[in-house]
Amino acid sequence: MLKKKVAMLLAVAMVAATVVGCGGGDAKTDAPADDTKTDAPADDAAADDGADDAAADDGADDAAADEGADDAAADEGSAGGTIKVGIINNDPNESGYRTANDKDLKAMFTAENGYEATFQYSMKNDEQIAYAQNMITEGVDYLLLSAADTAGWGGVLEDAQAAGTEVILFDRVIDASEDMYAASIVSDMDEEGNKAVTWLEGQGLDSYNIIHLQGVMGAAAQQGRTKALDEKVKAEPDKWKLVVQQTAEWNAEKAQQIVQSVIDSGEDFNVIYAENDDMAKGAVAALDAANIEHGVDKKVIVMGFDCNKWALEELKKGAWNYDGQCNPFQAKYIDDVIKSLEKGEEIAEKTIIMEEKGFDAKEITDDDIEKYGI
Amino acid sequence: MQKKEVKKTDENILTRMVRNQMFIPLLALAALALFNLIAGPEFFAITLGTNSAGNPVLSGYPITILDSGSELAILAIGMTLVTAASGGQDISVGAAVAIAGSVLLRMLCGGNSRPEELAMPIIVAFLISCIVAMLFGAFNGVLVAYFKIQPMIATLILYTAGRSIAAWINNNELPVITDPGLSYFGGFIPGVPIPTPFFIAVICVVAIFLVLKFTNLGLYTQAVGINENSSKLNGLNPQLIKIISFVILGLCVAVVGLIKVSRIQTINYSVIAKDIEMDAILAVALGGNALSGGKFNMAASIFGAYVIQFLTQTLYRFKVSADALPAYKAVVVIVLVVISAPTVKEWFGKMSRKFKVKEVA
Repeated sequence: MLKKKVAMLLAVAMVAATVVGCGGGDAKTDAPADDTKTDAPADDAAADDGADDAAADDGADDAAADEGADDAAADEGSAGGTIKVGIINNDPNESGYRTANDKDLKAMFTAENGYEATFQYSMKNDEQIAYAQNMITEGVDYLLLSAADTAGWGGVLEDAQAAGTEVILFDRVIDASEDMYAASIVSDMDEEGNKAVTWLEGQGLDSYNIIHLQGVMGAAAQQGRTKALDEKVKAEPDKWKLVVQQTAEWNAEKAQQIVQSVIDSGEDFNVIYAENDDMAKGAVAALDAANIEHGVDKKVIVMGFDCNKWALEELKKGAWNYDGQCNPFQAKYIDDVIKSLEKGEEIAEKTIIMEEKGFDAKEITDDDIEKYGI
Repeated sequence: MQKKEVKKTDENILTRMVRNQMFIPLLALAALALFNLIAGPEFFAITLGTNSAGNPVLSGYPITILDSGSELAILAIGMTLVTAASGGQDISVGAAVAIAGSVLLRMLCGGNSRPEELAMPIIVAFLISCIVAMLFGAFNGVLVAYFKIQPMIATLILYTAGRSIAAWINNNELPVITDPGLSYFGGFIPGVPIPTPFFIAVICVVAIFLVLKFTNLGLYTQAVGINENSSKLNGLNPQLIKIISFVILGLCVAVVGLIKVSRIQTINYSVIAKDIEMDAILAVALGGNALSGGKFNMAASIFGAYVIQFLTQTLYRFKVSADALPAYKAVVVIVLVVISAPTVKEWFGKMSRKFKVKEVA
């Protein structure tokens, strides 16, 4: 009996380890609320203007939304009807990244922009596939997809092709040949890492003793952000050293404990390279407790990723040094693709890599915080 | 007649266990301490410095263990009672901490995710979060007590849904509180160099010991855990006792929620207090308490919690990858479970009898 219980407990604990794409993704348990959530947003999007205006105000890039509205107005004139899109996304509760992503999409695919959008959310691949097949049957013009898993989408893509539905991937790629979908809009995680490491190199320190806090191992964001730093350390082992390289699993508390442990051990370090903002925050809490100065022109350089609004504010205060963006605002790119396809143009480059920024505490402005903070 | 006899031998085993109960955690602690001492005595160094706000603080591995272990110790109190009364464990503790923390933040910021000043005093917000956490505890308790669902299955519901509920409470926002008053609970009170969580744990421990001493809660809980039917025949209400144990765990959860939120002044619903239930259950097991319920030793559980934090800190010291930590803890679980398994106990009993017989011969 006892053994059974403990075995069960261990099994349950292990179930929690799912890996997600961009940003502060993490091992989030699946929400059983998924099903109840699915219908409401669809009504929102399809129906009343008031609600949509509110969504647009919330959404971060107003400019893009406005632009979209103009285009759509022109478009409606020529095409003479709304474009039906079905959007399948991961659970918006997953992370700040996903929440911002969802808001952005909702702000773009509105009735006044000439779209009739249906939203479905799930972090389970099989559920997503079922949603996708429903949408194709319902006859959507475009299927926008952020897949939970890379595998198992062959059938959906074939159905879509047969039904004349164009598939556009965003944020995540799937295992499929390029001619099965119209375009894929993704972040280049390797580039995010490169940008950060290049920036760090530009700081011109005599030696780099780095505490490297990694995300959940295997996540695309973790791999990309780790790769660049690993390569640099390998290339210049005399100058660049990893004091500790640990996964804190996107978790602020774990990061705090790890950094605390390094401080307790008395080892010297001058850089915190945290693969998301939460972990950087945890690290800073440990630094503050030990009265170690951090930030612009201070002993320890603090680096984070994802550009949460509060993190950018820390940057502005000079308490942190760098924050790398993981762009959740794909709606405008998707809109562009749809516009081109509607005009009958060919999409030259199927993989569209979004522009992403890295912010330096010395250069960041309030506008940046407003515009890029998630 | 036969029944009485069985009970007698049971008692013998139990008394023997109680006598040895502090033995396992003490042995584990001694082993860890020795290991760290050999690896370098600087592990035990404590230094007095100041933090960035200019307040005196103690630092060093032992202080970190007291600091982080305190959360675990508080949870171990509730988990011990739940284990004793229901013969099962609550695995929704981490998710419930997320809910309690989320409620606390929601109350403090009053719907505005970046408040300039607090919407209500921290103590009021904390009391509300206590009530919510106790309600969720009662929910688990009712499922276990009245619907007779296996505790681990009953709490699986909240384990799965809890973090989504927590996110929903704050409309998916991540509130950030800048008020320094909140940071005291998970950090340091100005002028006091010992981490506050330790004081909070001491308060909780004293409270539970007073309760156990001056009420019959401990006795009733054990009675229900040992034999529900006979406790019923003796006029106890086993359902109520079980629910009370879950409600007390809920209260512990709210306290830990306060500490956790205070530490980083914000919340991340999906990772706050992640897998903490594992550690809390391990603390109970390490304290030599039977995970199948019945007799319990509160002091041993609390002590076990600090030993586990000692283990965690030791692993960090040796730069064991954080995602490998559960594997090491699993080894401890396996050893404990195997030692306390009835078949192994029987075997030990046989061996010792044989040994004695041989000696006599």
